[in-house]
Amino acid sequence: MSAVVAAREPQLPKEHYLNADYGVRSWLFTIDHKRIALLYLASVTFMFFLGGMYAAAIRLELVTPPGDMFSSETYNKLFTGHGVLMVFFFLIPTIPGVLGNFLIPLMIGAKDLAFPRINLLSWYCYMAGAGFVLYALVEGGLDTGWTFYTPYSTSFSNTNVILAGVGIFFAGFSSILTGLNFIVTIHKMRAPGLTWFRLPLFVWAHYATSLIQILGTPVIAVTILLVALERGFHFGFFDPARGGDPILFQHLFWFYSHPAVYIMILPAMGVISELVACFSRKKIFGYGFVAGSSLAIAVLGFLVWAHHMFVSGLSVYASLIFSAISFLVAIPSAIKVFNWTATLYRGSVSWQTPMLYAVGFIGLFVIGGLTGLFLAALGLDVHVTDTYFIVAHFHYVMVGSVVMAYMGGLHFWWPKITGRHYPEWWARVSAVIIFVGFNLTFFPQFILGYLGMPRRYHYYPDEFQVLNVMSSAGASILAVGYMIPMVYFAWSMRYGRIATANPWPATGLEWQTASPPPTENFAVTPTVDEEVYDYTRPPKEPTFV
Amino acid sequence: MFSGFPLFPEQASTLALGVDGLYFFLVLVTAFFFVAISAALLFFSVKYRRRSPHEWPAEIHGSLMLELAWSIVPFLICVVIFAWGAILFFSMNRPPDNAIEVSVVGKRWMWKLQHMTGQREINELHIPVGRAVKLTLTSEDVIHSFFVPAFRVKKDAVPGRYNVMWFQATKPGRYHLFCAEYCGTQHSRMIGEIIAMEPADFQTWIQGGPAPESPVAAGQKLFAELNCITCHRADSQGRGPVLDGLAGSTVKLLGGGTAVADDTYLRESILVPAAKIVDGYQPIMPTYQGQVSEEGVLHLLAYIQSLKGQAGAAGAAGGNK
Ligand code: HEC
Ligand SMILES: [Cu+2]
Ligand SMILES: [Cu+2]
Repeated sequence: MSAVVAAREPQLPKEHYLNADYGVRSWLFTIDHKRIALLYLASVTFMFFLGGMYAAAIRLELVTPPGDMFSSETYNKLFTGHGVLMVFFFLIPTIPGVLGNFLIPLMIGAKDLAFPRINLLSWYCYMAGAGFVLYALVEGGLDTGWTFYTPYSTSFSNTNVILAGVGIFFAGFSSILTGLNFIVTIHKMRAPGLTWFRLPLFVWAHYATSLIQILGTPVIAVTILLVALERGFHFGFFDPARGGDPILFQHLFWFYSHPAVYIMILPAMGVISELVACFSRKKIFGYGFVAGSSLAIAVLGFLVWAHHMFVSGLSVYASLIFSAISFLVAIPSAIKVFNWTATLYRGSVSWQTPMLYAVGFIGLFVIGGLTGLFLAALGLDVHVTDTYFIVAHFHYVMVGSVVMAYMGGLHFWWPKITGRHYPEWWARVSAVIIFVGFNLTFFPQFILGYLGMPRRYHYYPDEFQVLNVMSSAGASILAVGYMIPMVYFAWSMRYGRIATANPWPATGLEWQTASPPPTENFAVTPTVDEEVYDYTRPPKEPTFV
Repeated sequence: MFSGFPLFPEQASTLALGVDGLYFFLVLVTAFFFVAISAALLFFSVKYRRRSPHEWPAEIHGSLMLELAWSIVPFLICVVIFAWGAILFFSMNRPPDNAIEVSVVGKRWMWKLQHMTGQREINELHIPVGRAVKLTLTSEDVIHSFFVPAFRVKKDAVPGRYNVMWFQATKPGRYHLFCAEYCGTQHSRMIGEIIAMEPADFQTWIQGGPAPESPVAAGQKLFAELNCITCHRADSQGRGPVLDGLAGSTVKLLGGGTAVADDTYLRESILVPAAKIVDGYQPIMPTYQGQVSEEGVLHLLAYIQSLKGQAGAAGAAGGNK
């Protein structure tokens, strides 16, 4: 089988993880990390489109200043549903759940994750959480915003706060278990010769992410529990009338939810490192700095939470400290951007779809990251916080960056996952559509925010209409951009051109086995004797097929 | 007021100019890095585009100098932005001493405001141009946020505590007042207007109509009605501490701690007296939770604050025997 890459048409391997077994049971009870990754793929895609429908409804309503399509109750449920679905059920789990699950064992030359059954349990936790939340959204909805601020969520809202809380609680456990699994796997199951500094940056990024997941997620779980106790039994943690403090909730919530931003962006950065290296045929410039900056972000990310609370009455001195550390956390991100850019220097750059997404990511991340400085700067944050400026900023980071990276990664590893190529022309077209649609949707929101339009507004003054219409127009383009890949990915699973084991070609152990890989990943245990991202010569023929 | 296609909100306060300055600087920094990075990416990808599938470029080893350069330069830029933002923030948090005081109570879904001279307003605030205005904010229910884009200021109104903000209008006009913290169904309707007037017009406005009762007077009345006066007497013979000169002083607490008698402390002393017991007294004060409205509490506070030093030096020890 090792001479597959000969001039002859490539063929799918006779047996691989997809045809190893058939039937619903073989999927629902699988402990193969690759199949679990596909379970995640199906479920997060569903949640993404559901969350997208909420977004579409919001953008439709905002075309005109008065709230004329929905009642205010409904509108508030729409943005809450959008936020909860996208944050907890798409952005946080997606790259680790789909790409991380599929690739980490392959990249380190292992047969599976350290705890395959726990991996399946993670997915069931996710599904249970999704079940609760979907039920909460359908049966009456939720109107607290995804931030659940007290005392609104504890004493005033009469929607399904506890039910949704339980759902997020379960999703949190899914996240913790995945993180745990990755950490143990990366420590214990690397192939002989695969030292820490030979690890792909994707693995480093997931390692840093996992640390945040297991250290941060328990805090949100406890916080949700407190909200439920307060709501159900009037404990008084957050109720000033009982000596509680509503601001305490914000501290607890952001202690997790700021690092959660890094749970989303770090794996995305890991993907980008792989793409930039492969499509410039270069080792990532400053590999050690890029790897180390992931860890720096993971650590510093825990010390900046109160930058969400500069107008809440936090003391001036506490604000100063949180502002300063927020600036510090910008530095490792800057280091990454510069190193990715420098990687192209004297490379051999090709512009296939994954690279389009990677370059799009870098551009949008620069804007998303730098507008973060506006918010870290105390005196300026006062004006822009809680306006559309914030909305634009985090969509540049979450959608502009995370979703771009995810799409790029999905295209890059699609031949490995399915054994077939996606149609290149359509893929490039939709990448451009997404880029244009995205910017048209969210750039006007920066201006809206600076003009003073508060977020979560159902009615808004007339002078904001032009920019809102632009944003809604962009959203419809963006929607088209996301639909096209849905169609051609589905199409390519059956009709796509058959891929070789290493089609791009790229370095990394995942390309050293068949596409799609066999259930046990490698026919022989791989050993590693070369440096990471060695693109100075053609990657070797797939040897562990 | 706004027309066409505005990119910036009106600049109508003394703070607005400084905030916009920092904003422009950051826009420049962002544009510079965005253009620089995009240009580099495009240039490299054209110049070093793949010409044949058999190209395997030589490795470039990283460069410590470069790494240091692109860590230190952004760091220095960040220091500048941090300091600039911090200076602005300090001035936003330091109301001038001669400010006109207004108390604000957020309630779903309206703003209730009262001037120190007693005038009440709802969803509207009349202020003179050229005078600092200091707001003391609280809420009756959930968290709201008092946001005036034209002034570049915003502060949360949090139940159970008092936050302070200030601004000084620079030109007459009507400016948006928004609630910026999500507070439920009608959040986006919790809006109003700040009406900045020439000082002379403001004088006419505030003197028009029958003279209202000032918060201090209303507080004094409440103080009697709620029988506070039976325990808190002016002559230290009561069962509770003397309140003269209490506001702003440091109070010794049972168990050894101390607390500064700011608005939030005074409020807690009235509504949850058991939370902090003054050293040397019995915890006999009943709670007034549910018996006084937020405005009532604000009136009591205004009254207690007005007692500053009336009883002479002895009052300064307010709470200590
Ligand atoms: C039954 C007597 C009693 C009544 C009535 C009473 N208090 Fe008190 N108050 C006390 C005592 C005793 C203390 C000191 C112990 C403590 O901190 O609870 C106190 C403490 C305070 C303090 C804190 C004083 C300090 O030195 O820190 C304030 C402020 C206060 N009361 C205001 C009021 C107001 C306003 C009312 C009416 C709404 C009121 N009290 C009614 C007995 C009373
Ligand atoms: Cu944050
Ligand atoms: Cu509100």
